[in-house]
Parts: sequence; structure tokens; C-alpha cells
Amino acid sequence: MEMLWFWLVSVLMAIYVVMDGFDFGAGILHLFVAKTNEERREVLGAVGPLWDGNEVWLLAGGGSLFLAFPRVLAAGFSGFYLALFLLLWFLLLRAISIEFRSHVQDVLWRQLWDAGFSVSSIVLPVLLGAALGNVLRGVPLDASGYFSLPLWTHLSVTAWPGILDWYTVLIGVFALVTMAAHGSLFLAWKTQGPVHDRSVALSMKLWGAVVVIWLVATVASFGVTPGLFQNLPKSPLAWLAVLIFLAGLVSVFVGVRRQKYLMAFLGSGAFILGILAATAACVYPVMLKSTLDPAYSLTAQNSLAGRIGLNAALGWWFIAFVIVLGYYTYLFRFHRGKVKAAAEGEGY
Amino acid sequence: MGDPLFWHRLQFGFTITYHYLFPQLTMGLAFIIVVLKALGLKTGEARYMEAARFWIRIFGINFAVGVVTGIPMEFQFGTNWAEFSRISGGVIGQSLAMEGMFAFFLESSFLGLLVWGEKKLSPKAHFGAAIALWIGSWLSGYFIIVTNAFMQHPVGYTVTPEGIFQMTSFWAFILNPWAFAQYAHNMLATVVTASFVVAAVGAFWALKGLYPEQARLNLKVGVILGFIFSALLAFPTGDIAGKMVAKYQPVSLAAMEGRFDSGPFADLVMVGQPNVAEARIDNPIRVPAVLSFLAYGSFSANVKGLKDFPRDQWPTSIEMLYYAYHIMVGLGTLLILIMAIGLLLSWKGRLETARPMLWVLMLAFPFPYIATTAGWAVAEFGRQPWLIYGLLRTAKGASPTVHSGATIFTSLGFAGIYLVLGFLFLYLIGREVAHGPDSHSHQA
Repeated sequence: MEMLWFWLVSVLMAIYVVMDGFDFGAGILHLFVAKTNEERREVLGAVGPLWDGNEVWLLAGGGSLFLAFPRVLAAGFSGFYLALFLLLWFLLLRAISIEFRSHVQDVLWRQLWDAGFSVSSIVLPVLLGAALGNVLRGVPLDASGYFSLPLWTHLSVTAWPGILDWYTVLIGVFALVTMAAHGSLFLAWKTQGPVHDRSVALSMKLWGAVVVIWLVATVASFGVTPGLFQNLPKSPLAWLAVLIFLAGLVSVFVGVRRQKYLMAFLGSGAFILGILAATAACVYPVMLKSTLDPAYSLTAQNSLAGRIGLNAALGWWFIAFVIVLGYYTYLFRFHRGKVKAAAEGEGY
Repeated sequence: MGDPLFWHRLQFGFTITYHYLFPQLTMGLAFIIVVLKALGLKTGEARYMEAARFWIRIFGINFAVGVVTGIPMEFQFGTNWAEFSRISGGVIGQSLAMEGMFAFFLESSFLGLLVWGEKKLSPKAHFGAAIALWIGSWLSGYFIIVTNAFMQHPVGYTVTPEGIFQMTSFWAFILNPWAFAQYAHNMLATVVTASFVVAAVGAFWALKGLYPEQARLNLKVGVILGFIFSALLAFPTGDIAGKMVAKYQPVSLAAMEGRFDSGPFADLVMVGQPNVAEARIDNPIRVPAVLSFLAYGSFSANVKGLKDFPRDQWPTSIEMLYYAYHIMVGLGTLLILIMAIGLLLSWKGRLETARPMLWVLMLAFPFPYIATTAGWAVAEFGRQPWLIYGLLRTAKGASPTVHSGATIFTSLGFAGIYLVLGFLFLYLIGREVAHGPDSHSHQA
């Protein structure tokens, strides 16, 4: 039971990163690949109909975490208090930047929201990456089952670190570059003309950077958490995940070379999904690691909610998941093909 | 002021109050858009579709602000109320997760199709998108009210020796009778809010002599739905909700009514200021025996006063609870009256020319917002001092490691951000109303 729910929550979170990841990527590149108003409306037209649904994966993941592992939600959310509010505020800025921009046809108004979309899309992956870094590094959970971390202390990895230290910032930068690379392939797939050409040109540089930072981040993770990879040899799921992300990486480079951008984009999704799944397989069953004493760590076993509630939830969870996949299939079919910037006053 | 609990409560109270200004219009408007589009499809008349198109544009802006102010609510369970989440997550996590999986995906997937998809979709498919938004937003409302109902009247749970709440019956939890009463009352209120907004915009255009056909249509739709739903809000749903409180939270009823002493033939206090220290109402205007009848269906029924309950069970702020309740009931009555007059004039065909009444309708739209906010304040102040009624005290639910410095910081942050957001919202809505219903010619 605990393993099933651990993976259900992990899958929702990983889907969130893949789906909202291309929104972030498009936002990070927004000012660089789209110069004119028409070009920017093309980028916004690509993410506009999708971002809200993509963000719901985060709420679904958070909701499922709440339902299945209330202790983890309680400790994690209160412990990362300030970082989560920054996340909320930048999510808010991203949302209104996308939604408000098209309503007023004014140069300054649009410059404001272009900047808002871009800045929020840069900050959010860094925060989410740093959150993952904190989970990998561990937090000072004590016997009460709680911890509290300031945003930063002295940026080094010690027993009482901040949310941001050199390691978590490194993971944040890895997330930023990966999201940018992911978004470049999304835009290469969905757009045409100058936006497409600039996205393709950037994508190879970004993916080169992803590979380099990925290697650095893996070595750093091993340094910070020596035991991190000890699950790896004996977990078939982890091997599957490693296979998926390597295949994704190959598909990215082959797809771009052959100008098959959907293939490249799907490859980049598989890369992100695989790397997160491999990470989840490595940390299992620990969900929040204590840096003070392993006995204080919150695990899938010691945080699991009551059985009757979880059984009931399994009843509706899969039904809901299938319905959601139906919505997404319809939505992507409806918006298939290249984006055409809508007439002024209609669309994003 | 340095007490973290105070700031957690203030932050949650402020952000939920602000947030709920938006979904109440979203939910009511979703229903009205479905009604307009159904009429349009049935009659083939363009005016209904034109009205729907205008309200869909308002809906889009309003929905976006509802989403961005709603996400902080989900997060605050964990950030500010960690103990509450740890203790009761196994129960209330259920409905919150269901809201995400069943409602949010539905809404977010079809919002873009509703707002921007009319040209690409067939009329029936676009009507389908409107229905999807209606169902999605009303489902979302149900899951939130089920969550709140568990906090008001917990059912379907057991408490482990470690003090953790676990679910024992999913169906008892989901079909909580408190949730039914509260849901019916609340959803009718959303349609009342939307009806007043629709009528106010119609009145504004009528007073300005703009878009006469759309002004007339909006006024008519607004007063018809407004009257029906505000009447149903008082009876039977308000009545049922009141009897629920009388049955399960009698101490809250006493505080709402400003009743300190027990006894039969209880008076209904219409006006007056509760003086809690002296245990009396100052400057009261009373109606004899009516409270007994409203609460228990009999004039001679005994209604307990606050003095009959231990002090530590009294709601934390009797004054706020008393005023919130009286504002809700007072405004609720006024809303019925306004809509009754509007409907009468509309029926006689004189509403578009009755300028004083148009002024009233144009200016009255904040009242349902205030009444709804007051209604929720009754529910939430009435629940105090409990987080989960009778089981978990509010003071025991806050995050143990979050100090007031952090909460004051985020509260101030929300105050600033929501101020700016409010200006942006009003600016965008004001533009749409000023530009009127014709969607394409007005774009500058």
C-alpha cells in the first residue's frame, strides 16, 4: 500500500514537472525567441490553453500527498514555509501575466506582462529544483516530526543548512536549464517561422548544457548524500527509469537532427520523467530525510494514512486519472498542429 | 500581536475572504452562461448568444483571479496549519485530492475552449464547454464544502490512540448531512451574486442608454433568477442551515442571536450591540418568541443562552459572530425585496424606464458579496474555538515551527499583492463593461 501511494504521488509530481515544465521553458525563452508582438502572441498561444491544466497536476500531486502521507505534507510545507510562499507568489505572477496580457492592446501593458511571464518562469524552476535538492540532501527533522528551515544560512551544506545552499541552488540551476531546454523543443514543435528557428538554434546549446550540469549534479548528489545510489543496483524500477531517461536523451538529439520536433519533445519529456522516477526509486521509502538522525526521517511506511481512507481513494483515483487522460487527449488533439497567433481580441 | 496563532488565523481569514469574492461569481455565472446558451440554442435568437459571449469574457478574467488566489488556500493547510493537516489529513485530504482530480482538471481543460473556442467549435460543442465549466466549478464547491462540513460536524471518522483522525466510512464523510444543507445554501448564493452582477450591468447600460436590447435582456435575466434564488436562499435552505446550527452547535446559535439567558418564547433580536462583559444586548429591538419558532419550529421551545454553556465552549468572538449573522440575514432580506420590486417592474414592462430602480440595481451588486462573506463568517466564527468541532481546538492546529515573523511577512505580502491584483481586476472588468457586449468592434 505505501509503495503504491508513494508511486502515485511521485507520478503526479513527475507529470507536473514535465507538463508545466514546457510552460516554464516557453516563459524562460519568451523574451529571447520572440521579439515582436505577433511572435510573443505565438508563444503565449502555444502555452495559453494548456498552462492552467498543467498546473493542476501540482495540486493533484499535493492533494494525493495530503491524502496518503499527511505527516509528510505537514512537516514539509511548514518547514519550507517561506520558500513555498515565494513559489505561490511567482505562480500567481505567471498566471496573471499569461491571462491579462491580451486584454489590453498597449505597448507598455504588454511589455509588463511579457516581463512578468519571463521572470516568474525563471524563478519557479529554480525554486522547484531547490525543493528537490532539499529532499535529496535532507532536512533537520527532529523527534517532533517537524523542522524549520530559513531561506538561506551561509550557503554551505551543514547540519543546519538553509533551503538554498550551493547544492540545492545547483539542482535549481539544473532544473532551470532543463526546463529551458524542454521548452525550446516544445516551441520548436508548436511554432513556425522566426520563433521556431530561434528555438531550434537554442535547443542544441541548452541540451549540451543539460548534459554537463546533469553530470555535475549527479557527482554533487553523491558527495552530499553518499548513500543515495545504494538502492540503484537492486531496484529494477530504477533501472527502467534510467533506461527511459537515457532513451529520452538520445531521442532529443536524434529528433532535432532529423527535424522531428515532436519526437525530440517527447524525448525531453521522457528524460525528465525518467530522471525523476530514478530519483524516487533511489530515495524510496524515505520521503523526507532527517539530517539529525535517520530514525526521525519520514518514510512511506511511518507517514501512511489509515487503510480505509486509502482503499476508498484507490477506488476513485484511477477512474479520475483515466478521465483526466481523456481531457488531455481531447485538448492536445484540439490544439494539434502549429500555433497561429489569433486575431487581436481573441485568444492569448 | 506576537502570537503566531493570531497571524495564522488572520492570514487564512483574509486570503479566504478575498479568494471567495471570485469563485462565488464564477460558480453563479457558469450557471447563468449555461442558461443563456441553452435559451440561445433553443430559440435561435442571437441576443442570448451575444449576452453569453459578454459574460464569458467576464468569466475568463474572474476565473483567472479565482485560480491564483485559490492555490494559496490549498497550500496554507500545510504551511500554516500543519498540525491540523497531520492530524486530519487522512480524512480531509480525501475531499481536497478529489477536488483536484475531478474538478480542477475539468475546469482548466475546458476553460480555454469556452473563452476562446467559440469560432472553432460547433455551437453544441461550445455549449458543452459551458456545461463542463458549470459542472467543474460546482463540483469544486462541493468538495470544499464537504471538507468544511467535516470541520463543522465531523462524521465517518475514528481517532487513533495517537490522536490521528482516520476515515471509517468514505460515504458517511462524502454524504455528510451538514454538507448538503451548506452546499444548497451556498450554491444558491452564488447564483444570487451573479444575478445581481448581471442586473447591475444591465442597469448601467440602461441608464446610459447603451445597447438597449442587451440592457433589457440582462435586466430581465438578472431579476428573474435573482428573485427566485434569493427567495430560495432564505427558505428553505437558510432555514435548514439555521436548524442544523441549532441542533449541532447550540452555543453558536446563542452567540449568533446574541442570547445570553435560556428560556422558552425566545425573542429574536433584530438590532442591538452585544455587550459580552455585561451579558446583554444594548439598544435592542426584539420580536417576541420568533427565535424559538425559527430554531425549533415551536414558539414555546426553549432556546439555550450562552450562560448555559461552559465559558471555554463559547465562540472566541461573540461580537463578530453576532454581527456577521445579522448582516447576512439583514442583507438577505433586502436582496429579496430589491429583486421582488425589480421583477414586478420587469413583468409590467417598466423596468428599463424606472430610473430610480435602475440606480438601485446598479449600486446593489456589492450586497450579495457582503452577505455571502458574512454568511461564511457566521460558519467560521461559529465553529470557534474549534478547528474540528468538539474535537480539535484551533490553537492546537497551527504549524508548530512557523514563528510570527514568518507569518507576518507572508500576510503583509498577500496584502500588497492582493491590493494590486484587485486594482488590475477592477480595471479589466471596468473596461469590458464600458466596452459593452459587442465583442469585436470595441477593440481599440
